[in-house]
Amino acid sequence: MENASVKIAVCIKRVPDMDVRFRIAPDGTSVDETGVKFDLNDFDAWAVEAALQLKEKAGSGEVVVVSLGPNAVQETIRKALSMGADRGIHLQASTIPFDSFSIASALASELRDGGYDLVMFGKLAPDSSNGATGAIVAEILGLPCVTAISKLDIADGRGTAKREIEGGREIVEFPLPAVLTVDEGLNTARYPSLKGIMAAKKKPLESKPAQLPEAKVKIEKIEMPPDRAAGRIVGEGAAAVPELVRLLHDEARIL
Amino acid sequence: MANILAFAESRNGELRKVALEAVTAARKLADATGGEVHALLVGPPGVAAKAEQLGRYGADVVLVAESDAFARYNPEATSALAAERLEAGGYRAALFATSAEGRDLAPRVAGKTRAGIVTDVTSVELSGDTLTVKHPMNIGKLIATITIAGTPAIVSLRPNTFSPVENPKPARVENVAPAGDPSASRVVVKEVVTGDRGKLDLAEAPVIIAGGRGLKAAENFKLVEDLADAFGNAAVGATRAVTDDGWRPHADQIGQTGRLVSPQLYVAVGISGAVQHLAGMKTSKTIVAINKDKDAPIFKIADYGIVGDVFEVVPALTEAVREARKGH
Repeated sequence: MENASVKIAVCIKRVPDMDVRFRIAPDGTSVDETGVKFDLNDFDAWAVEAALQLKEKAGSGEVVVVSLGPNAVQETIRKALSMGADRGIHLQASTIPFDSFSIASALASELRDGGYDLVMFGKLAPDSSNGATGAIVAEILGLPCVTAISKLDIADGRGTAKREIEGGREIVEFPLPAVLTVDEGLNTARYPSLKGIMAAKKKPLESKPAQLPEAKVKIEKIEMPPDRAAGRIVGEGAAAVPELVRLLHDEARIL
Repeated sequence: MANILAFAESRNGELRKVALEAVTAARKLADATGGEVHALLVGPPGVAAKAEQLGRYGADVVLVAESDAFARYNPEATSALAAERLEAGGYRAALFATSAEGRDLAPRVAGKTRAGIVTDVTSVELSGDTLTVKHPMNIGKLIATITIAGTPAIVSLRPNTFSPVENPKPARVENVAPAGDPSASRVVVKEVVTGDRGKLDLAEAPVIIAGGRGLKAAENFKLVEDLADAFGNAAVGATRAVTDDGWRPHADQIGQTGRLVSPQLYVAVGISGAVQHLAGMKTSKTIVAINKDKDAPIFKIADYGIVGDVFEVVPALTEAVREARKGH
């Protein structure tokens, strides 16, 4: 696709910073968002970066970012715009539902007639940790799909991707248009420049209601996992090794 | 009565451990309502020979699709076949593994069958018509209890969480035809590159030895590999800092953006215990930490800790493990 225009959609998610102790909201089925910081999902940032690089390589085209959720997701869309994406689409919903099929349906309705060469996703969001949306969108749209890619080459309307599997990797070929989900290792996401941040404020951001079907999956309860029992320091230096081996044998019954 | 479909993952014509885990979990669900377990086995000609093994773990029926086009993972044809069986057979649920293949396959099947899906579950129960799963969220800091409405429910199981249990059934083998032409898939796995043959994978190894920045240089991973060799049944993992520096491949990374593991024994060598790393390993059964900093966060979750220089402690441990295993 050298010197040919590319049109790429990247579906992105606003996710909480994971480096905190979460509190469960009074309803018992959601997280108390008080004081929680949010940002663009890392995997999605790598998807945005990949799209920008493909557009730069092609010489022309358009990168459209799409995000579903409350008005706060517009901030996340602006971040992707400040990295260099051309325009944003906000699909309004009061919360970001857990149900992957619902989200995928709403995204697919938006993407269906967009004429995209590629639709890209991060492979997983760390909050919901379900990792299913991208492939479901591909099925709804009837597009070829490769998930969890860590290397990508596009040429002449076809793509080659690498995906890590247990104990090795697969080299996968596919035709465009296609849906791809991005793993770590594909690239390093650029930081928005000051110029990019200024430019992003003027880029188009369309906001419209999400077409969410009824959810089939329902969170009944959220709990903290049981704490691990406090461990112990067996000792210091190599002198502690015999005692460790004894514990692994007698107590943990491993050796 | 509810029948359950278990996807029996195989590679190179051999069943993977997660296939037996799926059949075991499916058996438990089916028994809750007096239903049957049907295992779906997809592979190259000859893979049907593995049906007996699936029966040993509780499959009543093994649905076998053999084709040269299934010699490598064929995502489009495999998902089409699974979706067709699910729709024809009226199954209550389909169980997959949260493996590289299962993570790819299960959402495709959910998309085709317009089904609810929950991946990476640590428990699954069927009571009356309610299918309930537990699913770690927010990098394992929260556990959600989730119900899935509608039929089929698509569930993928966290590896090493559902131990395979023998429960022999005289499995009937039924050959099933692939949906459409499996060699006509648009997405094609052209090549599978495997690392060192015979080395255990992180997802399946009962013991994992993981190294961090405390090892100071890529070549010092030899210490970690030697300890893994001493255990004999161990795989080697790494922290994100180490894979970002290129000391180890990204595929070896354990943590929030990498692999989630739950081995019987996890030995953290020179790992301080950043929250992103803990997210990938804190469900391990027994955790051992070796670190020179007695205040390192890894010691808060380790069952057994040794404060000391990894270059001194690890070779001594390797030697002691070799000695201990000689007696077996």
